[in-house]
Amino acid sequence: MSEEILTTQDLHLYYGEKEALKGINLNFTDKGITALIGPSGCGKSTYLRTLNRMNDLIPNVTITGTIKFKGQDLYAPSADTVQIRKEIGMVFQQPNPFPFSIYDNVIYGLRIAGEKDKEKLDAVVEKSLRQAAVWDEVKDHLHESALALSGGQQQRVCIARVLAVSPEIILLDEPTSALDPVSSSQIEATLLNLRHDYTIIIVTHNLQQASRIADRTAFFMNGELIEVDQTKNIFMNPAQKQTEDYISGRFG
Amino acid sequence: MNSKTQNKIAIGTLYGVAGLVVLILLALLGYILVSGLPQLSWHFLTAPAKAFLKGGGVGVQLYNSFYLLILAMLISFPIALGAAIYLYEYARDNWVTTTIRTAIEILSSLPSVVVGLFGFLFFVVKLRLGFSILSGAFALTFFNLPLLTRSIEDSLRTIDLSQREGGLALGLSRWETITRVILPAAVPSILTGVILSAGRVFGEAAALIYTAGQSAPALDFTDWNPFNISSPLNPMRPAETLAVHIWKINSEGIMPDAKAISSGSSAVLVLAILIFNFAARYLGKRLYKRLTSA
Repeated sequence: MSEEILTTQDLHLYYGEKEALKGINLNFTDKGITALIGPSGCGKSTYLRTLNRMNDLIPNVTITGTIKFKGQDLYAPSADTVQIRKEIGMVFQQPNPFPFSIYDNVIYGLRIAGEKDKEKLDAVVEKSLRQAAVWDEVKDHLHESALALSGGQQQRVCIARVLAVSPEIILLDEPTSALDPVSSSQIEATLLNLRHDYTIIIVTHNLQQASRIADRTAFFMNGELIEVDQTKNIFMNPAQKQTEDYISGRFG
Repeated sequence: MNSKTQNKIAIGTLYGVAGLVVLILLALLGYILVSGLPQLSWHFLTAPAKAFLKGGGVGVQLYNSFYLLILAMLISFPIALGAAIYLYEYARDNWVTTTIRTAIEILSSLPSVVVGLFGFLFFVVKLRLGFSILSGAFALTFFNLPLLTRSIEDSLRTIDLSQREGGLALGLSRWETITRVILPAAVPSILTGVILSAGRVFGEAAALIYTAGQSAPALDFTDWNPFNISSPLNPMRPAETLAVHIWKINSEGIMPDAKAISSGSSAVLVLAILIFNFAARYLGKRLYKRLTSA
């Protein structure tokens, strides 16, 4: 087994008084796809958002426990959230391209970081859009508004936008739940392409999706991590009764 | 009475009220334009005013109005932008922000003549700026700031939270997210707010009577040295604006054609504000198209 790139230990998260995560211990190895599944409100999205400190935006959130990325504590007082989010990128449920051209969307992170070399930027745009499997569809209108694209294309542009900053980890929060089945399967194909080069953590409501693309699957319920294992084991031979009930559709 | 009749009566009343508003507006506009447009000519728009004789124009006043507007905007826009960004993007909801918001609300409902008197006591007398464009611009800043701040804050509010998350998730700092993602996306709507408030400032009289003064010394439009008293750029000279001019000739005008000049000036004022409004819409749409599809 390859080394662990991201580790969480005894992670608790409170929204005000309410405990939303009740002591999560979960580690991620380098590369591959991990799916987080579980019923609505089980804390899987909340957990995902702690991994690149997106919960910082929400007032009244308290977090205890440790999250380490390559041995470095993400919640240490000296931690640089900007740097963290460059290395741990995120794609959201609703496609959220900026209201600029496709080209500008993809290079936004780099351009703000100060990259000016046109050739290099062009190369990054093409590479990222190819990786996100949307290049062929948009290559002729790179300078048109990203808002004119379909939802599925927008979402893949958003993935390309994250890839352009070359993160090590990509977090995806239900990236296909607002999309039609065809677009969803294109996103899935995209993720399967990326799994050898990136560590991908995806929250999904769609169990089939988890079983199709994930190497490992973690099952959350009521703010607790019930079980994590190879996807095959979770779906064919879960160790916990609750997992089995959820997988077989008895609740959730 | 059944609900269908009730419905009909309600809709009828609403149509009636809405129609009344439109009617009043059209009547006012119509009156001003019908009595004012015949007075307009190139001479009227460019010639200086005459105190006792027929045939004066409003050139200096018109110029003063624009100059004052630009100065007031230059001062108030950066402050309003900063305040709005702070209030909406950074400040948490606590007593400090509540106090600031309440202060803004109160300031925005302050009668403009009070703003004018405050400007007189503070800028004209205390800071010894005298009756000057600068005093006027400061008074207008006070008058304009609350509404502009509010309107910019509203513009920021229209940008979805997901845009902010998208920026942050790319590893942009909060400041970069605001300046490079949120503000560009909000520019069209901010611009519309700025132009609309410019219309209000342009037509403002009460706040200026005691600050920018009621006299319009002749200007030498060939002298662009801001330190000369007759230079149009000099910010320390008294400067009667168009709106003040209308007020003044109606209350104490002694030129024989005072009524005609007042009608003409009103028409110019109304036209300018109409142009501002249409320009705001047009530019807002154009800019949004440009910015969003490069």
